[in-house]
Amino acid sequence: MSDVILETDGLSRTFGALVAVDGVTLSFRRGQVHAIIGPNGAGKTTLINLLSGELPPSAGTIKLRGRDITRAKADEVSLLGVGRSFQKTNIFQSFTCFENCWLGAQSRLPTSMRFFRPASVYREVEARARRAIELCGLTHRCDTPAGAMSYGEQRQLEIGMMLATEPELLLLDEPLAGMGSEEAVQVVELLKRLAADHTLILIEHDMDAVFAVADLLTVMVNGRVLETGTVEQIRASKAVREAYLGDEEGGGH
Amino acid sequence: MPRTPLPIYVLLALGAVALAVYPLFGDVFYVRLVAKVMVLAIFAMSLDLLVGYAGLVSFGHAAFFGVGAYATAALIAKAGIADMAIILPVVLVAAAVAALVIGWFSIRTSGIYFIMITLAFAQMLYFFFHDLPFWWGADGVNLPRRGLPRLAFGDTVILDLSDRTVFYYVALACLVLAFALLTIILRSPFGRVIVGIRVNENRVRALGYNVQNYKLVAFVIAGTLAGFAGFLEASRTAFVAPAHLSWHESGLVLVIVLLGGMGTLYGPILGAFVLVMLEDWVSGITEFWLLVMGLFVILVVLFLPNGIAGLVSTLAQRLRPPKPDVGKPVEREVEAADV
Ligand SMILES: Nc1ncnc2c1ncn2[C@@H]1O[C@H](COP(=O)(O)OP(=O)(O)OP(=O)(O)O)[C@@H](O)[C@H]1O
Ligand SMILES: [Mg+2]
Repeated sequence: MSDVILETDGLSRTFGALVAVDGVTLSFRRGQVHAIIGPNGAGKTTLINLLSGELPPSAGTIKLRGRDITRAKADEVSLLGVGRSFQKTNIFQSFTCFENCWLGAQSRLPTSMRFFRPASVYREVEARARRAIELCGLTHRCDTPAGAMSYGEQRQLEIGMMLATEPELLLLDEPLAGMGSEEAVQVVELLKRLAADHTLILIEHDMDAVFAVADLLTVMVNGRVLETGTVEQIRASKAVREAYLGDEEGGGH
Repeated sequence: MPRTPLPIYVLLALGAVALAVYPLFGDVFYVRLVAKVMVLAIFAMSLDLLVGYAGLVSFGHAAFFGVGAYATAALIAKAGIADMAIILPVVLVAAAVAALVIGWFSIRTSGIYFIMITLAFAQMLYFFFHDLPFWWGADGVNLPRRGLPRLAFGDTVILDLSDRTVFYYVALACLVLAFALLTIILRSPFGRVIVGIRVNENRVRALGYNVQNYKLVAFVIAGTLAGFAGFLEASRTAFVAPAHLSWHESGLVLVIVLLGGMGTLYGPILGAFVLVMLEDWVSGITEFWLLVMGLFVILVVLFLPNGIAGLVSTLAQRLRPPKPDVGKPVEREVEAADV
C-alpha cells in the first residue's frame, strides 16, 4: 500500500459529552477522489479539522505519507502539502481577490520573515497567485475586494486561496455549498481537472457532483464510518440507503 | 489591504518641510513642544504597528518606552557614558529583549486577555523601576545635561543631543526614518502576513504561516522602536522616572493611536500633534482642561471612526480630480468599513 497518502487510525474527537468523530479508520490513496458524505452533524467537518490540524484529536493517529502528523498544527500540515477549503467561507473580506490568493501563494516562500523588499518583487509568488485565480475562474475579479463579490464568487475564491498554496492533497469541505447552478457546474469541472494531478478528499451534499467526480465514497453517520466503497457499491448498499440516502428522501417530504 | 493615498504622501512631505523650517522663526517654547510631539509620534507609530496592523491591542506599550529611557539613564548616570555609539545599541537590545520576553507570553493570549497581560507586565516593570533602590525610586533621576548622549568621530562631536536645536533635528530625522522604515516593513512579505493576521488569523494559519512567530516578531519590532523613543525622551528632558512606564502613559499612547487613526502610520503622528497642542491650548484656558480633553476624545471617536487620519484622507481624496473609474469607489468604501 505504498500509494496511500493519508491514513487515520481510530481517530476520535469529543466535545464534552458529544463524540463528533468516533474511531475513524480510513486510508486515502494518492491520486484518487475520495468523497465523504453523511447527514448534517455526522462529523465530516470535524474530521477535516482533525486532518488539517485545525483541531487536535482526542484519540487516534493520523499519518501523512507514512509520517505521524497527529499533533501537527494547521500551519505545519499546510506546509506538508495539504490544502483545505472551509465550509463556512473564510476569506480576507477587505483584501482584493488577488491579495487573498497572494497571501496563499506567498506562504510557499521559504519564509515570509522578509522585511525590507516589497512583497511585489517576488514574481514567483505573483505567478502562483495568478495561476490560482485563473484556475478558480476569477480572473475578471482580480482587483475586486473579496467582500464586494457575490456569495458564489467568494466560494470560488475560497478554493482559489487553497490552490495558491499548491497543495498535493486537497481537503474540500462542501465546495459547492450555496453556489448557483452555473457556478456549481464550473466548480465541478474544476474538481475534475484537479483530480488529474491531485488527491482530493471531498465533502459534499450535492450527490450528482459526488457521483460525477468521486472514485471512492465513505458514508459517515454519528461520527462513525458506516461504509466505504465505490459509487456503485454505495448506491447498492442497503445500510446506507436506510441510514442516509433514504433519510434524505424522507427529509424531502 | 490598507494603502496610503498619494496626496497624503505629498501632505506628509510638506509637513516634514514645515517642521524643518519651523525652528528658524518659531517661538522657543513651541519648538520644544514640537520636539516632544515628534518623540511621542515615534512612540505612537510603534504601537500602531501592533494595534492597527497586527491587531494586537497592547495596553502595556509604555514598558518598552520606559526600558529605553532607563537604559539611557543608567549608562549616563551610573556609568558616565555619553557616547551614542554605545548607548543606542544597549537601548535597542534592552528594549528588544524586554519585548521578546513579554511578547513570548502575551501573544499566547488574545483579545481582552492580551490587553490584561500586557498591562500586567508593564505594571511589573513599573514597580521594578519604582521600588528597586538601584533605580532612584519614585522621583526618578535628573541627568546632567553635559552628560547627555552625543555622537563623536574621534574628537569631533557630530551630534550633541544636549543642544536643543540639534535634538530637534535629530528627532525630526528619526520621525521620518521611523515612518519610512515601518512603511517598508508593511509592504514586505512580513507586512502582508501581519495585516492578514489582523483580518483573519485562523485563515492565515491554515495557509501555512506560524502565526505566533509573526506576532512575536511584530511585537519585538514595535517594542524596540518604542525603546528608541524612550531613549529620545530621556535625552530630550534629561529626566527619567517610573511615570514613563505607568499605565497612564500606555493609555495615552493608545488614545493617540485611536484618535489619530490606527492602521495608517501617519494617523498617530497627527494624533500626537493634535493631542499635545490641544492640551497646551486648553490647559491655558481652563483648569478643567482634562474634562475638555476627554470630551474631545469622545467626540472624535463618535464622529470620526477612522480618526483624524480618516478625515484627512477623505479630504485629500477630494483634492484629486475625479477619475472616470468604476472600480475604485467600491474599494475605498470597503477599506473604510474595515478599519
Ligand atoms: N467546536 C465545536 N464545539 C462543540 N461541538 C461541535 C464543535 N464543532 C462541531 N461540533 C458538533 O459536532 C457534531 C459534528 O459537527 P460537524 O460540523 O463535524 O458535522 P458535519 O458533518 O460537518 O455537518 P454539516 O453537514 O452540517 O456540515 C455536531 O453535533 C456539532 O454540533
Ligand atoms: Mg460540515
